[in-house]
Amino acid sequence: METEVVNTNFKSEEYFINMGPQHPATHGVLRLLLTIDGEIIKKVEPDLGYIHRSIEKMCERDSYQQIVHLTDRMDYLSANINNEAVCLAVENALQLEIPERVKVIRTIIGELTRISSHCLWWGVMGMDVGALTTYFYGFRDREMINDIMEETCGARLTMNYNVPGGLMLDIHPNFVKRVKDFITHFKTKLPEYDRLLTGNIIFQKRTIGVGILSKEDAISFGASGPVGRASGYSCDVRKHHPYSAIDKVTFNEVLKTEGDTYARYLVRIQEMWESLSIIEQLIDNIPEGEHRVTTNAVIKLPKGEFYQKVETARGELGVYIISTGTKNPYRLKFRSPGFSNLSLLNHIAVGGKIGDLVATMATLDLVIPDIDR
Amino acid sequence: MTNEALQELVGNWLPELEFTEEESQFLNIHVSPQNLHTLMSQLKSNPETQFDYLFCLSGVDWGEKLGIVYHLESTSKRHIVVVKVTTEDRENPVLDTVYDIWATAEFHEREVFDFFGIRFNNHPNLKRLFLTEDWVGYPLRKDYEDDINMILH
Repeated sequence: METEVVNTNFKSEEYFINMGPQHPATHGVLRLLLTIDGEIIKKVEPDLGYIHRSIEKMCERDSYQQIVHLTDRMDYLSANINNEAVCLAVENALQLEIPERVKVIRTIIGELTRISSHCLWWGVMGMDVGALTTYFYGFRDREMINDIMEETCGARLTMNYNVPGGLMLDIHPNFVKRVKDFITHFKTKLPEYDRLLTGNIIFQKRTIGVGILSKEDAISFGASGPVGRASGYSCDVRKHHPYSAIDKVTFNEVLKTEGDTYARYLVRIQEMWESLSIIEQLIDNIPEGEHRVTTNAVIKLPKGEFYQKVETARGELGVYIISTGTKNPYRLKFRSPGFSNLSLLNHIAVGGKIGDLVATMATLDLVIPDIDR
Repeated sequence: MTNEALQELVGNWLPELEFTEEESQFLNIHVSPQNLHTLMSQLKSNPETQFDYLFCLSGVDWGEKLGIVYHLESTSKRHIVVVKVTTEDRENPVLDTVYDIWATAEFHEREVFDFFGIRFNNHPNLKRLFLTEDWVGYPLRKDYEDDINMILH
């Protein structure tokens, strides 16, 4: 006869554990204070500031050309797009007419950056849930983009390629050919990603139905990028507030409605296809012309307030400049996508297990320097 | 909704509101701390405005005053508005939280408290976000001085 076994030796009670700041799944120096009952998460409280450099305070001291260099150090995987945000804000404030060539190159470089960031995310996403092979595949393909960047921008991670007024240098003569080679290469490799991980039953069990975020909550928490779009929230800045040459191309905003970890995964995979398509539409049509318009050596913005938003690989980056007409901003605020995306972690992780938290965090794609600005 | 229509509609709710459009690409609404929460809940819930997305919340030290700038967007109507509130009390600045209207404000307000020292009524977890608990002063204020860590011109 079967009787129900009641365990009287242990009491169920809550306790704290530390995750990070040196935990590999936190992708940097993020410390999470977990309140758990057994393995069930009751509360997640992020403890931030381990690498806060006070970039906003530094900006109040620096010239606008110098500020661009600081933005690389925020979300370093979207360095080019961060640069672009500040440059666009300054150019709009000065009402500079930017050559078409610059706009097209900026968009191509931006989409390459997005693919490179998503490749790295895909690699570490697999690693976080225990599939080590993805790490090598992701980094292999990202390496090709890094080589292209190195040749044209002179750097692999912190490019500093955009300057107010255009680009620091013109593109390398090999640029177009190498980008086309990459597209051909990546089109054969991206289906491999699906065969390796997307369809994997263990991976699906770890991600489907885990960390569900509703559309209403996504908007309320200010989610953006793939995190928002996986919840059915149309939040692509490239669609709603187009900038550079993005209005010259056609692309689909990838939307899913499930809002779980698997949906966020699928959105990023699909976005790589969309980015490839954007680059393909532009790479043969880079207009001739100047790569830069001359600006004053000392840039002074007119008195007023300027806001520019762009879509980085992680979501909406906002640059809010208050200028009093001098060579430094009076106040400069970066609205970073990771900051808002982190704030909803507690909301979607509660009730799950620690293993689920790791998978959820992997698809939030946090870059800590972007949060600790 | 155009800026003119917005101004007309929102102007009817509270007579004290001031509107400016100069030196900014958006419509700016200036509100007093007493009416901040009422205005914000109206902006979110009114079917004409539906500002459901708080995309930026910035603290600003205006010198005499401390203030907050809220950037709001409607995800259905796609219009944008900026709300500004200031307080003259630099010693003990207190404003109402908008965390109950937009959940993202919880973290943003903690950041503002950390760097500007503005306290928020009814905030669920108001403590320093980036700096340590024993940090003295509020670094993004204009009168903040730190001989060891700050490099001036």
